[in-house]
Amino acid sequence: MSESMMTLHSLGPAVPEIYLAGAICLVLLFEAFVGVKRPGATGTLALLVLAVGAGLTVAFADVTHRVVLFDGAYVADPLAFVLKLAGFLSVAVALLYSRAYLRNREILKGEYYVLALTALLGIFVLISANSLLTVYLGVELLALSVYSMVAFDRESGVAAEAAMKYFVLGALASGILLYGMSIVYGLTGTLNLDRIAAAVSAPDSLGVVLAVTFIVVAVAFKLGAVPFHMWLPDVYEGAPTSVTLFIGTAPKIAYFALVLRLLAHGLAGASVDWTRMLMPIAVLSLVVGNVVAIAQTNIKRMLAYSTISHVGFIVLGFVAGTASGYAAALYYTLVYVLVSLGSFGVVLLASRKGFEADQLSDYKGLYRRDPLLALAMAMLMFSFAGVPPFVGFWAKLRIIQVLWESSHLWLVIIAVIMSVVGAFYYLRVVKLMYFDDAPQTLPPTERSVGVRFALGINAAAVLVLGVLPAPLLDLCARVIH
Amino acid sequence: MHDYLLSLLIWLPIAAGIVVLLLGERNIVAGRWISLIATLATLALCVPLWLDFNTHTAAYQFVEKAAWIPRFHAYYALGVDGISMPLIVLTALMTIPVVIAAWSVIKARPAQYYASFLIMEGLMIGVFAATDALLFYFFWEAMLIPMFLIIGIWGGPRRVYATIKFFLYTFLGSVFMLAALIYMYVKCGSYSIAAFQALPLTLAEQRWIFAAFLIAFAVKVPMWPVHTWLPDAHVEAPTGGSVILAAIMLKMGGYGFLRFALPIAPDACRHLYFLIVVLSLIAVIYIGFVALVQQDMKKLIAYSSIAHMGFVTLGIFLVYAILMNTGTTHGAAMGMDGAMVQMVSHGLISGALFLCVGVLYDRMHTRQIADYGGVINTMPVFAGFMVLFALANTGLPGTSGFVGEFLVILASFRANFWYSALAALTLILAASYTLWLVKRVVFGPVGNDRVAKLTDLNGREFVILGALAAVVLLVGIWPAPLLKVMGPSIQHLVHQAVANKIPA
Repeated sequence: MSESMMTLHSLGPAVPEIYLAGAICLVLLFEAFVGVKRPGATGTLALLVLAVGAGLTVAFADVTHRVVLFDGAYVADPLAFVLKLAGFLSVAVALLYSRAYLRNREILKGEYYVLALTALLGIFVLISANSLLTVYLGVELLALSVYSMVAFDRESGVAAEAAMKYFVLGALASGILLYGMSIVYGLTGTLNLDRIAAAVSAPDSLGVVLAVTFIVVAVAFKLGAVPFHMWLPDVYEGAPTSVTLFIGTAPKIAYFALVLRLLAHGLAGASVDWTRMLMPIAVLSLVVGNVVAIAQTNIKRMLAYSTISHVGFIVLGFVAGTASGYAAALYYTLVYVLVSLGSFGVVLLASRKGFEADQLSDYKGLYRRDPLLALAMAMLMFSFAGVPPFVGFWAKLRIIQVLWESSHLWLVIIAVIMSVVGAFYYLRVVKLMYFDDAPQTLPPTERSVGVRFALGINAAAVLVLGVLPAPLLDLCARVIH
Repeated sequence: MHDYLLSLLIWLPIAAGIVVLLLGERNIVAGRWISLIATLATLALCVPLWLDFNTHTAAYQFVEKAAWIPRFHAYYALGVDGISMPLIVLTALMTIPVVIAAWSVIKARPAQYYASFLIMEGLMIGVFAATDALLFYFFWEAMLIPMFLIIGIWGGPRRVYATIKFFLYTFLGSVFMLAALIYMYVKCGSYSIAAFQALPLTLAEQRWIFAAFLIAFAVKVPMWPVHTWLPDAHVEAPTGGSVILAAIMLKMGGYGFLRFALPIAPDACRHLYFLIVVLSLIAVIYIGFVALVQQDMKKLIAYSSIAHMGFVTLGIFLVYAILMNTGTTHGAAMGMDGAMVQMVSHGLISGALFLCVGVLYDRMHTRQIADYGGVINTMPVFAGFMVLFALANTGLPGTSGFVGEFLVILASFRANFWYSALAALTLILAASYTLWLVKRVVFGPVGNDRVAKLTDLNGREFVILGALAAVVLLVGIWPAPLLKVMGPSIQHLVHQAVANKIPA
């Protein structure tokens, strides 16, 4: 009796996943019996589920040290706790912003929320993965949910094309990942990342290099880093904007965890190999992302290329190959998610029934039509550009700092030059909103008070965390050793 | 109050700006008065700053320090010395005419206009008051946003091109400086500027750091050949934007050289001073000629600003030429004194000249010199002011323009005869382009019907031009208090600038 109590108690750190899996079933049943009659009710329930989940996570999963569960397949540590809270928060915000958009397009269906929650479960599994099997489970759970979300608007041919492309390329990447993992298993005889970390110590052996290569390619694909980025602009553009918002935010947290658990922890012994491979990937992402973004006329595509460039910065944190570098990458990821939520939120609010605000020219004179929305977008764009007093500045600063710590002079120079190139297309958005006159034909923006309030808080957070960056910087440095 | 005087100077205008922004365009009457009162109060706060400033020490005064990012040893650290204090006073002074000049002129989104300038004022004071490099950079970059909006929203026909060019030029310069600052932080574990100044660096490191600073500050000054953003920005900016650009933002380049480049990378400066001297002389002479052929009044004053700022960079880097030529630093302080006085004086004069152009533009809506002629006949009082500021711009004794140029030329004699000979050409060039401008615009018979219908200054315009004229004359006739305030800090800087920081 006491032993089983002990077991139950020791499951505490896994409460987020267990709870979420149960809640998903509940939401599915709710949708089947109540949601079909009252569209939108499932959305409210999903937000409630996320709020309760965050509360339970704080109550049970706030571990002070590393806990390994389920025969070593699952790990809970302070990092996982922070990432899961960030996951709850960003999915909740994403769903909140999406509501009016989904209703206007008549795709406000309960399944959307179920898929979002299963994607979140995948994210959590990835965050807490401590074995190759768990990693793969998380990757696929997340990816399959997201593929379906992209195709969610059945009427849209573009979305179907984007989903197809995403699915085919994603399946290929999964195969590559599995192949790399199988080599690791063959070399070490274990799936457990702790034991793999202990076993992999000869970085230059052919087997290790081969395994690392496959894993790096798969990871780069998932992150959307150049040259494995081709799916990303098409998916961002083709998916319904609410889905673009979703895949642009929470999954980045998971993929950060993927790199950290798989490469930085499991294959730490081969860090010489993978840092060397990540370096050109980071540089190419910075250059291609920023330069190609300039040529875009579609804001979702522009933000897609901007994502690629930010992924470049995040990967630079891993290139440093130090705890400080990972902490910088974590900080960059969280900041990126925060700012992305806001900027795609603006795109959602600017869209109306029958009108997608997805062209840059749709933002002309936004200031005159909706000053508050324009102000929020301007703050977010300046933050993306890395201009103080907004939080994006600190993210770039941390990356440059870790590059200096690891003596990468040329990477510093490329990073700073590319952040200037990037500033150009962010400024162009501000220019369109503030300096240009609005055409008469554009419809008014979404006026839902609750969503606007949330967006206001989102933008305010970008400013407040920019002026007082210490708490978040501190948190990121503390959870990574 | 002295314990947080600098914080008040920074945050009072910013807070007022936010209040004006929140009041919105509907309450613009209140917004205007709040803006005026806030800028006047900021200047009033400068009175204790000046009076209680200890002129016998080079140490930072009115020091404040609070933890900002403890993990990365960045502090909210403020303080002023004889170099930054006059520039803070200048900032507080020059924002007032901007607010008054906009009173009934800015009709589109006035609340945002005032708010931008108030926030800008606080950020600019922050740049001069910060003693922590990260805080300095924070203010330095944040300042770009209001200026970007000021030019882009209230500017002329090509405002979008001008403002994006302005932003990207300065941003490009700044990010290299940021990289250099972070490099030094990684080396010495502190963001304090004083720690950077004390940090031993090899010559190679210093060269890289100097290059980064040079890109950042040369763009801001601006030095030839990275000056091309300035004429565009000035021409397109609204009057207030031009005033702040010319009066304050350009000074940040000079301030950066004094605060960062010289003390942090003295050996690199010693090796590369000739480059700066040459670029400065090109600015003084070549840009002087360019100014001569301008058709647009604002563009002419913009080029004149570049030429005058050439004197500032020349004065700053003369210390190395003097050291090379005479083996001592005797007289080097004079060059730096001259550079500092020139910065203050140019802030006053160029600001005043842009305000004069603004006065004409508000009435005629053209800045082309050819559209004017004989303004003196219809606007005698205005003509008087314009002639005074034009003469000050040429360096007439008795005006502030004379003091700085004279000191720099005098110091350059100790360095090299040819430097002073070339620099002195400015006396002819500045006189040519400025006086020719005055001749074509102000003097002569009435040029056309529109000039004939001009009305003279109103009370508001008279007050701002009159006040600036008084300050220009005061600094010109009695520069001693200013020199006294700067003295110890400049002496200290000369020592730092010739120190050897290369680790043995």
